Amino acid sequence: MNEILKLLEKDSRLTAPQIAAMLGMDAAAVAAAIAKAEADGVILRYTALVDWDKAAEEAVTALIEVKIAPQRGEGFDRIAERIYQYEEVDSLYLMSGAFDLAVYITAKSMKDVAQFVFARLAPIEGVTATATHFILKKYKEKGCVFTVAPEQEERMLFI
Amino acid sequence: MMEYKNLLSDNVKGLKPSGIRKFFDILEEMDDAISLGIGEPDFVTPWHIRDAGIYSLEKGFTKYTGNAGLSRLRKEISAYLKRRFNLEYNFKDQIIVTVGGSEAIDLTVRALVNPCDEVIIPVPSFVCYGPITELACGKAVYVETKVENEFRLTAEELRAAITPKTKLLVLPYPNNPTGGILEKPDLEALAEVLRGTDIMVLSDEIYAELTYGQRHVSMANIPDMYERTVVVNGFSKSHAMTGWRMGYVCGPSQVIVQMLKIHQYAIMSAPTTSQYAAIEAISEGDNDVETMRRDYDYRRRFLLDRFRSLELSCFEPKGAFYMFPCIRNTGLTSEEFCERFLLEEKVAVIPGSAFGASGEGFVRMCYASSIGNISEALDRLGRFLKKI
Repeated sequence: MNEILKLLEKDSRLTAPQIAAMLGMDAAAVAAAIAKAEADGVILRYTALVDWDKAAEEAVTALIEVKIAPQRGEGFDRIAERIYQYEEVDSLYLMSGAFDLAVYITAKSMKDVAQFVFARLAPIEGVTATATHFILKKYKEKGCVFTVAPEQEERMLFI
Repeated sequence: MMEYKNLLSDNVKGLKPSGIRKFFDILEEMDDAISLGIGEPDFVTPWHIRDAGIYSLEKGFTKYTGNAGLSRLRKEISAYLKRRFNLEYNFKDQIIVTVGGSEAIDLTVRALVNPCDEVIIPVPSFVCYGPITELACGKAVYVETKVENEFRLTAEELRAAITPKTKLLVLPYPNNPTGGILEKPDLEALAEVLRGTDIMVLSDEIYAELTYGQRHVSMANIPDMYERTVVVNGFSKSHAMTGWRMGYVCGPSQVIVQMLKIHQYAIMSAPTTSQYAAIEAISEGDNDVETMRRDYDYRRRFLLDRFRSLELSCFEPKGAFYMFPCIRNTGLTSEEFCERFLLEEKVAVIPGSAFGASGEGFVRMCYASSIGNISEALDRLGRFLKKI
């Protein structure tokens, strides 16, 4: 099962018959396993990894470190929930170390990011501090390098 | 005017150049061609290995090494062969680090073959054994292995090829271009023929890490065969390091010590940067090998499945990264098939005949290429097969 998931995580366009061929499995069994993973919420979504810089879309991405005071009986979850409900939040992780939550957000401009922090994030009860870091360049995401590696010249053609 | 043809070595003039250049001239002109032609990993050398090479340069390790190679590397090779294949070679006098597996093959043949000695070479196989034998003034005796035996050399075929002049048997398994392997019972049957003779074995195990479904067994593992076997291996295929030119050869010290003399005079020592990278590869690279092997296996099964749906006959290759489907029922020769496939569908594959006469009727497809590429190549193959 996990082998199927790993293949799909790398290339979600692989079809069940293709995966079945690659793993030496029965196509119907692979299709059933994928359907079950979808139903169980193991597979959440099929997406494309886009280099928005190349697509000439103006957008800024920021990592916001957030310190919070955990609440009795709720821990971090309640505050995390109040943060991740915002549409502009791409990812949210609970961290060990110097801060508690790592919030990744994408917005149209730096001003919009600032607006989000001032107007939405900082006022949340329990949020005690934030630090915003703008992402200047994406080199690699989800195991995928964003710059195309150069091809070696003059390779041997036959061996 | 110099009359070069009168000056050049007859031996060299007699060598045939590799005969499929013309495809590659065509291929080079095409932008959107897919090549399943080149037999090398599509992976770039893992970063930690490249980094070790770079680091050695930063530290200024740019001098020759000892002739046989860095002792640390030879110790690691010795440990690796024990760990992966249960082979025991003393790093002191049984291992030479060479410039790729190719040099290791050349050393072995040159150290063993006297003029007119016969070298038995199963074909289809990699193209270098015959010419290297001829350069050593030996005689290449080609044995045509059969698709019905999954291109294994059989004991009967071996027995029939042996003469009083036979010096050396080349065992090129896992095999390029067929993907065939020899399993323990096959090796034992061959060993039975060799026992009591003076025939040595050159076991070219460059694809030893790339077997699917079972671990590679070396001829040197078979009882009585250790003392008559020279094992050739290297980093090119297992660690995606073709351009580093890192190979090695192991065998009885009496043979290795003679080979070292040739290496010493012809090569001096293998490239130092590559040797440092190789130490990292062999000591910390087992996971890389396994990851790449698994990826090749996905592609192998994928290709085999598509062949079946195209009704293209192909035995299941269990080693290396090649498929060797039979194209006889197209009515085309291997060369015609490859030329038309390239011109009409822009996919490069290699005629089986390039690897020996018994490769006629087959083509070699290398699956060291992305699933996307392979899938597109197979779509085009389907179209091509319908058309012809």
